[in-house]
Amino acid sequence: MTDRSDILPTRQSMGGIADQLTGIPLHFPAERRWLIAMIFASALLLLLMISVVELFTRGVGIWGINIPVNWAFAIHNYVWWLGIGHAGTLISALLLLTGSEWRNSLNRFAETMTLFAVVCAGIYPILHLGRPWYVYWMFPYPATMGVWPQFRSPLEWDIWAVLTYLTVSLAFWYTGLIPDLAAARDRATRRGWQIFFGVIALGWRGSAKHWLRWSQAYRLIAGLAVPLVVSVHSEVSLLFAAGQIPGWHSTIFPPYFVLGAAFSGFAVVSIIAVTLRSWFGLENLVTDDHLDLLGKVLLATGLMTAYGYVFEVFDAVYSGEKHELQTLADRFAGAYAWTYWGAVIFNFIPLQALWWRVVRRSGWMLLLISISVAIGMWLERYMILVTSLYRDFLVSSWSHFTPSFWDWSTYFGTIGLFLVPFLIAIRLIPMISIFETKELLHEEKVEKPHG
Amino acid sequence: MAKELYGALAEFKNPEDLLAAVRRARKAGYRKLDAFTPFPVEGLDRILRLPRPRISFVGLIGAIAGATTALIMQFYVNYAYPLNVGGRPVYAISAFAVVTFELTILFSALSMLVAMLWQNGLPRLNYPVFGAERFDRASKDRFFLCVSAKDAMFAPGETLVFLSEAGALSVELVPQ
Repeated sequence: MTDRSDILPTRQSMGGIADQLTGIPLHFPAERRWLIAMIFASALLLLLMISVVELFTRGVGIWGINIPVNWAFAIHNYVWWLGIGHAGTLISALLLLTGSEWRNSLNRFAETMTLFAVVCAGIYPILHLGRPWYVYWMFPYPATMGVWPQFRSPLEWDIWAVLTYLTVSLAFWYTGLIPDLAAARDRATRRGWQIFFGVIALGWRGSAKHWLRWSQAYRLIAGLAVPLVVSVHSEVSLLFAAGQIPGWHSTIFPPYFVLGAAFSGFAVVSIIAVTLRSWFGLENLVTDDHLDLLGKVLLATGLMTAYGYVFEVFDAVYSGEKHELQTLADRFAGAYAWTYWGAVIFNFIPLQALWWRVVRRSGWMLLLISISVAIGMWLERYMILVTSLYRDFLVSSWSHFTPSFWDWSTYFGTIGLFLVPFLIAIRLIPMISIFETKELLHEEKVEKPHG
Repeated sequence: MAKELYGALAEFKNPEDLLAAVRRARKAGYRKLDAFTPFPVEGLDRILRLPRPRISFVGLIGAIAGATTALIMQFYVNYAYPLNVGGRPVYAISAFAVVTFELTILFSALSMLVAMLWQNGLPRLNYPVFGAERFDRASKDRFFLCVSAKDAMFAPGETLVFLSEAGALSVELVPQ
């Protein structure tokens, strides 16, 4: 039994954990910091609203897109946000199925992150439609015009993939939340909280029969969520790979995109883990061991993403195809070479520090590396989109892309769209899974009775 | 008197005490038992002899329904409004794969969530055990065993004595 070390300090009691975690919503400890963050996030959300109103009034011409670069920030940020969402599902579902206990302290806020990141991703395909108020045309409803949606189009796949991903993530998140909502209900003393948690806990009482059916449902939904994650991002990469544009038309795309997504997602999970831990004093639950494991996962997914970079170069050179080589040269030394080298530098150079244990166990270092990875992955998506499009087959259609003010404001606005509901969620629900943490603590105590 | 009772509730300090008490109760002949715990306790369902849940079966039906719905929808839409794009096939099964897969997962996951809540009788905001004095700790750090008043062997006084002898921290009768 020496191969598995304890991840939670066994000194703490189950009741203590329940009080500590339900205490975060019930007796909110970090009002000031939360309020400052909320004001900042609301300002960004307001910026998004202004940008969207401007877009709806004047059309997509306010963005910097043109021919041939007619897919820029909208799809770029869609891919980036969707990628961030993926780590949440992977942490929750994949690690649940493989029985990795260290997920327990991380899964709840990782899942919450997924929900809101997918919302941010989901608005982009709608915004870039040109006439976004006709988005309902994407659904097969019996229109009097007799026009049905085009199911052979990747844009149509997007709608179904993102909505399914959002709905299943929501179902998985809520299923895991019910027992903790009941714990919060039982700790609540103020009438308002009692009613709020009482209603959303659905009357959960922890009966053995309930747990039995609940566990089965939770595991099965997790089992469905794992292929769903892979399929959603593969679908996104198919939008690219199914086209003939040099630099996109490659078989490496689905795994390359899925791993890159997990990479950026784990980076954002690390950012959130380090921040919440210091805000709410959760060092006893999100321990240095958790950061250590997050660091290892980040390093592993980063190296797999690096393999994608190498393979992309190999693919172009091995094909010997003129336009592929041209795109490769453009990435190395063209007008947008800064995005390629920026991606390489931000993604992989600071990452190498994670080989050292002392770096992985330091919250600050992990935070800085994760921010660097989030920026690096953002640059990578930019690079994939723009460097392929700005010089395609015809010299006569070569052109450049410069993001306009509204490109930037919409992007920064979506950060507000992510942060505002996330901060509200921190305020309202237990951000670390209470019952799973207690279960793990109990297992550890049984295994090590003298600890 | 017995008709107005829901059952007898006994509180235990840890899962091991609870499991021991459930074994003892079953040996003594009690059959209508339920336990309330703050987290799923391994082995409890076997000792209580709970039937295996059928959630996976519901999930399979949901998956088949999702795939069927998706395929019928896509074939019908292309039949009702056939678009010729560069001579590509109208009924392109490979292009239908993504939506079919997504709807399979969606229907399956949602049907399992609904089945779980349905079988558990949730939402049901009130329940007799919530009236018990110490029951709020069932979501915190205590493990409860409940002998239903409908059990053939149930007799208020004797059952309480039996439960305290089984190592309970506290025992009480729960009104219906």
